[in-house]
Amino acid sequence: MSALDDKTMGELREIAGRYPEKRSGLLPMLHLVQSAQGKVTPEAIEACAEILEISAAEVSGVATFYTMYKRHGVGDFHVGVCTNTLCAVMGGDQIFERLKQHLEIGNDEVADKRQGDQYSVSLEHVECNAACDYAPVVMVNWEFMDNQTPEGAVQMVESLRAGHDVRSTRGPKLCTWREAERVLAGFPDGRVDEGPSAGPASLAGLEIARERGWTAPHVPAPGAIAPTPSKESAVAEADTSRAESETIDESSSADESAAEKREAQ
Amino acid sequence: MTDTLTPVLTDMWDVERSWTLAAYESKGGYQALDKAFGMSQDDVIAAVKDSGLRGRGGAGFPTGMKWSFIPQDNPKPKYLVVNADESEPGTCKDIPLMMGNPHVLVEGVIISSYAIRANKAFIYIRGEVLHVIRRVQAAVAEAYAAGHLGKDIHGSGYDLDVVVHAGAGAYICGEETALLEGLEGRRGQPRLRPPFPAVAGLYASPTVINNVESIASVPSIVANGAQWFASMGTEKSKGYGIFSLSGHVTKPGQYEAPLGITLRELLDLAGGIRGGRELKFWTPGGSSTPLLTADHLDIPLDFEGVGAAGSMLGTRALQIFDDTVCVVRAVLRWTEFYKHESCGKCTPCREGTWWLVQTLARLEKGQGTEADLDTLLDQCDNILGRSFCALGDGATSPISSSIQYFRDEYLAHLTHGGCPFDAARSTAWAGQEVTA
Ligand SMILES: Cc1cc2nc3c(=O)[nH]c(=O)nc-3n(C[C@H](O)[C@H](O)[C@H](O)COP(=O)(O)O)c2cc1C
Ligand code: SF4
Ligand code: FES
Repeated sequence: MSALDDKTMGELREIAGRYPEKRSGLLPMLHLVQSAQGKVTPEAIEACAEILEISAAEVSGVATFYTMYKRHGVGDFHVGVCTNTLCAVMGGDQIFERLKQHLEIGNDEVADKRQGDQYSVSLEHVECNAACDYAPVVMVNWEFMDNQTPEGAVQMVESLRAGHDVRSTRGPKLCTWREAERVLAGFPDGRVDEGPSAGPASLAGLEIARERGWTAPHVPAPGAIAPTPSKESAVAEADTSRAESETIDESSSADESAAEKREAQ
Repeated sequence: MTDTLTPVLTDMWDVERSWTLAAYESKGGYQALDKAFGMSQDDVIAAVKDSGLRGRGGAGFPTGMKWSFIPQDNPKPKYLVVNADESEPGTCKDIPLMMGNPHVLVEGVIISSYAIRANKAFIYIRGEVLHVIRRVQAAVAEAYAAGHLGKDIHGSGYDLDVVVHAGAGAYICGEETALLEGLEGRRGQPRLRPPFPAVAGLYASPTVINNVESIASVPSIVANGAQWFASMGTEKSKGYGIFSLSGHVTKPGQYEAPLGITLRELLDLAGGIRGGRELKFWTPGGSSTPLLTADHLDIPLDFEGVGAAGSMLGTRALQIFDDTVCVVRAVLRWTEFYKHESCGKCTPCREGTWWLVQTLARLEKGQGTEADLDTLLDQCDNILGRSFCALGDGATSPISSSIQYFRDEYLAHLTHGGCPFDAARSTAWAGQEVTA
């Protein structure tokens, strides 16, 4: 793989320039190099390190931490089957098995491009993608393919390989993985107005509210103003250790759980 | 009497081209902004405090109070960071909100940043939701073009820049200090607290981090008043929130209602459990909140009610499982998730989640003994309260609660020599089958 071209180098610098401290640009910069080169290459790591004035080892440490960065290439269409519990139970496990069988590959592998195929596909199982009300869910290049079935998923990957247009059920016509990565780097592709406002499940409650004439209160209700809670009562009310650790006064080192958390390090 | 459902944030979602500035403004959008600019910053904070709004990202900390912790005598710049990482299993409200109504988030960002005196805000969106990122990017661009962002907004003298930042796949980056690490271009590992982000957050400067839904609720509070917001909900859990029903319900989806609604009421609206089957177990607020059962249909879904039932309201991610589902299979899968997502910083979570998977996987195959259940609970004890961040704590929730309610089902795996359930009966397409 050759070095990054001048345009990409310019865009990498542009990303770094969006932030008060340029290192903040690293995540979107890695998305951009994936768009340019199809994966995170050693050359790209060097380039990011040079622009951000940090070591290549530091860039590499970040690139390996996040699952969306790929050291080996993916297909033109990267298919992610949600196999977190809810989707798995609803059929995600069966979809993933069927696709592995059909594509004759394992997790995180690219299927061979057959003669006549326009595009390649790769397969991975993913964690909850915040679309559980559309389970089982498949993501293609990080667009939603809602309410999938094993057969439907096989047909979809075949359409993709053949080069037919495939639309996201809640989004635009699918673009390639490299095009998608460019948007994630902060360079919009003009497809924002495609697709609906919301899918059917998103509207389930709203439709009932419309039918029954239910709304939020129209006029400010007269009731008493809620008393401003004290810091102590806020700590008592907040119901998780997350909230507690958020509220512990920075000066109170006596807090047990914070001390424990330090010990645990 | 407040209506059962109270669409506010979801109210735009059925509007034609709801994601555009024109559509949002046609519904009164960006008017709260002028009202906020007519108030002092401290009055905006007071209004949010008085509304009783508590964080919608899981922990339920009072939002206005969090804002008031920003030390205004600190000469460093202040930052607002929106947590749009939405990755807690079961949670699926912020994503449709940003897709259908991104401008309410942008307006909320402007008002909130004004209140805490920040001139730069970041929206950190998980990377795996391409179209949602497009919609938020476009909303920010439209807001700039219309003069809602940039210099001297609406002639107020107030300046604000917003950066939309895509993450790259890591559940832990939803944890607020790990998110800051990610936003600073590092591995997403939580930071030691104190110092708290309010004092030393992004770039060691005072920083407020709030969930998407928390920030998106702010324009309605400013527009309609704190009392209007507080007129919904329960005594200590005020206002409305989006409840996400998924799994074995007839009509899964998003239901925006006052806090304190019950699962029974929600299931009534959603057509009940699919195929007339029985509710077996559910999560009230994502997989990190202990499981509940059909005995908990009538608890008020507010911070206090769910807490009293031994769980947490969390993100109102109601994952519903019927009686075809093996609880051991469900719990094993969540545990594999926590093991995979453990950032590795602390030993109890890094090693502990690995052991949990080993023990559970054996049980699921019908291989261990009854003593393994105690081993599991011991392993949970070694993680809960001893991990560096709440991911480790959350990993123990499904295990300890499932053993509490379904001990016999674990044992059935041992006597049966494997899982006694047929996974095929739980799928979406098995819904049509005749119930036995
Ligand atoms: C492992 C873990 C994951 C989290 N994920 C999210 C998330 O995706 N979105 C979110 O808003 N809060 C998440 N949180 C909670 C945040 O740390 C923080 O409490 C929240 O963003 C504060 O916003 P709020 O007060 O408006 O709720 C997570 C916490 C933990 C421990
Ligand atoms: S509890 Fe887990 S996720 Fe949190 S810091 Fe420790 S290893 Fe990382
Ligand atoms: S579990 Fe699959 S999208 Fe949430």
